[in-house]
Amino acid sequence: MAHVNTVAETLEDKLTQELGYNDHFHEHHHGDKFQSNFLTTYIFSTDHKIIGRQFLITGIFWAFIGAAMSIVFRLQLGFPEADMAWLRPILGKWIMVNEAGIGKLDPEFYYSLVTMHGTILVFFVLTAGLSGTFANLLIPLQIGARDMASPLLNALSYWFFFLAGVVLFISLFLSTGPFSGGWTAYPPLSALPQASDGSGAGMTMWIVAMALFVVSSLLGGVNYITTILNLRTKGMSLWRMPLPMWAIFVTAILGVLSFPVLLSGVLLLMFDRSMGTSFYLSEIVVGGEILDRIGGSPILFQHLFWFLGHPEVYIIILPAMGIVSEVLSVHSRKPIFGYTAMVYSILAIGFLAFIVWAHHMFMAGVNPFISNFFVIFTLIIAVPSAVKVFNWIGTIYGSNFRFTSASLFGVGFVSMFISGGLTGIFLGNSAIDIALHDTYFVVAHFHIVMGVAAFFGMFAGVYHWFPKMFSRYMNETLGKIHFWGTLVGAYAIFWPMHYTGMAGVPRRYYDGGASFDAFRHFEDLNRFITVAAIFVFFLQALFIVNFFYSIFSGKKLTVKNPWGANSLEWTTPIKPGHGNWPGNIPTVQRWAYDYGKGGEEFIPQYVPLKEGEHDLGEGH
Amino acid sequence: MAALRQEYNQSKIHPQKLLLWVAIGSIIMMFGAFTSAYVVRRAAGNWLEFKLPDIFMVSTAVILASSLTIHLAFSGFKKGKEQQYKGMLIATFVLGLVFVLLQYKGWEALNSMGATFTVNPSSSFIYVISGLHAAHVLGGIGALAVALTHAYVLPYKPTLRRKQRFDLVVHYWHFVDILWVYLMVFFMLQS
Ligand code: HEM
Ligand SMILES: [Cu+2]
Repeated sequence: MAHVNTVAETLEDKLTQELGYNDHFHEHHHGDKFQSNFLTTYIFSTDHKIIGRQFLITGIFWAFIGAAMSIVFRLQLGFPEADMAWLRPILGKWIMVNEAGIGKLDPEFYYSLVTMHGTILVFFVLTAGLSGTFANLLIPLQIGARDMASPLLNALSYWFFFLAGVVLFISLFLSTGPFSGGWTAYPPLSALPQASDGSGAGMTMWIVAMALFVVSSLLGGVNYITTILNLRTKGMSLWRMPLPMWAIFVTAILGVLSFPVLLSGVLLLMFDRSMGTSFYLSEIVVGGEILDRIGGSPILFQHLFWFLGHPEVYIIILPAMGIVSEVLSVHSRKPIFGYTAMVYSILAIGFLAFIVWAHHMFMAGVNPFISNFFVIFTLIIAVPSAVKVFNWIGTIYGSNFRFTSASLFGVGFVSMFISGGLTGIFLGNSAIDIALHDTYFVVAHFHIVMGVAAFFGMFAGVYHWFPKMFSRYMNETLGKIHFWGTLVGAYAIFWPMHYTGMAGVPRRYYDGGASFDAFRHFEDLNRFITVAAIFVFFLQALFIVNFFYSIFSGKKLTVKNPWGANSLEWTTPIKPGHGNWPGNIPTVQRWAYDYGKGGEEFIPQYVPLKEGEHDLGEGH
Repeated sequence: MAALRQEYNQSKIHPQKLLLWVAIGSIIMMFGAFTSAYVVRRAAGNWLEFKLPDIFMVSTAVILASSLTIHLAFSGFKKGKEQQYKGMLIATFVLGLVFVLLQYKGWEALNSMGATFTVNPSSSFIYVISGLHAAHVLGGIGALAVALTHAYVLPYKPTLRRKQRFDLVVHYWHFVDILWVYLMVFFMLQS
């Protein structure tokens, strides 16, 4: 590859040649060795950019499955009397048809659907789909590295995720149905194969899938951490990293420290299921039969689960926060407001995430004095969260905001995070949680703050980095319709749930609480929610069509840096090859957020500081 | 390339070493979870008390000795003492196998004492925790096997690359050793 150091055409090329760092990467012919045919280039690739796209497309597949499930159970909740016989071709025996030809959703399967929806969305879409995509795509590009520290582990991480998906997918077709005890898999439902249909083979496969998933997350996580700590280009100090890097870094640490705990918990569960131990089981009667398990504690599982479970929700939201910070700053043409505060708040959230897990267990019989401790730390999380919200608003405020699909979804994220964060403060008070626990109020809280917000972060990232991924643009008009429709629709779905929840409607009921007189008047509201959900579901077709159409036929990218952004990924060629930069790796001279400084619209990170110019990122 | 890469590495530590450290942190969390679960469950009562069989003390001594031998093997490797390097590596490998065997004997002893796998969580925990630790030791034995083939099949040449790889094995081996000592102390303080 001798063509590399030819004539410098632009300032960028000139600077990369003069200041860039030549690691002799291309003298070793990595590209030829690893990317010689279709299979090694696109399927069993070890290139981080391909792996990122694999995560994204697999994530989209799972998002479709998971969302379709929610439509089925929303139909049940909104129209309990309706005939569902038309679903028989898809759901088969799970639709029970009576003599009159009226089809009803099997209640057992309702629980399976809810369980699978939660598992799929939380782990497969918003963890693997989100972190996997953007960590892989962005880490080497934004820190200036040729690839991950271990490309092989990275590829394995994807393939373990893929396998986990295969196992979970197969479990959907078991004659006893997939697991049905809730995404949190509390024992005894999860520990006794005879407890319900889904607790048998379905649960076994759920465990296997989760174990594979944990392995995938750990392989990915150790790699992300090592790459960020070790392979940054010259000049890229930690305090010059773009915010997505900080967010992904802390996310990876959370994952590496909390997923093993879930693995421990699930392992004990496995022994309870198949070897006759009683870690979680105690004096229990199933179907009139008294079991000989004694001495276990189901609460123990809840501790182990939520020790992962709470950090997990931040594993989901932190990458979205990082993405949104970047997108909002670029499209506001302003430096991110309070960069340092942003970093410290990510660190604070990461730390606090480990000491609040029992706020999910206020009603599980945890000692109320111990609960106080968890109440206080839970409420303290509101502080760094508010700092971030303040800074995002400060970034947009008074800016020449560019209304693109990406930036709109960024703003939508902030809106959702505020709405859902506020209800978190309600729930964090154990006294209020006594009334609200396991009601639709909780469902509203976590869907808005985590589900919708993380999806918005992901959409912002996809619209923003699509040109980097596929060298083409997505259609902006479709993107904006997608945004406005989803924003309004998502609020229409989840806002009313606050009211039903405050009135006491419990979550996870087949009839949505309709059998209680007190809740009967919510029928209309439930119907409204279902209609809104169907609307939002079909609206996502706009995104799917836009995404796949644009991969092949979108408007071609003709410039390297379409958004006028500062970070290094936009210095790679329009179609970056293996090793990302054809010649030298650019070196970094300043932080990533010099927008509108000294009269310049933007100053990329490879541009040296002028005489006497102060680097805003390094003021520590 | 390695030297050049070194020049711009932000931290002095080799990426693979860092990878190992992070993985070790992850394993620590897993065992941390088990031992915390043990403490929480024990505090809840209905807990069968028994004394750990002495054989676990022997296995502890064996794994400690293996840490010493692998240390000697590594220093032999670095100082060009080929005999010491090879001999001590074999010794470590054998001690590793003996350790796992002794653990197995320990489980048999527990079982014959009546502290079976299912009788009470107090004994179930011992089997699960020590069993999982043994699985990690077996992983280390696998790595030792690779190191052994390097030692005997390849000509002796202490290159930087080989030193780094050996260093990883040594680190991991010391880690599973210290992990066992922690677990042993933990069990003894608890019973
Ligand atoms: C201001 C910050 C937050 C506070 C104080 C807070 C507090 C709480 C509390 C106390 C609960 C338990 C409610 C119950 O089950 O009765 C809860 C549930 C939940 N929260 Fe939050 N939360 C906050 C932010 C978040 C964020 C940022 C996410 C995700 C990104 C999130 C995701 C969840 C989820 C998934 C659940 C329900 C899990 C389940 O039971 O299935 N929360 N939150
Ligand atoms: Cu939580």
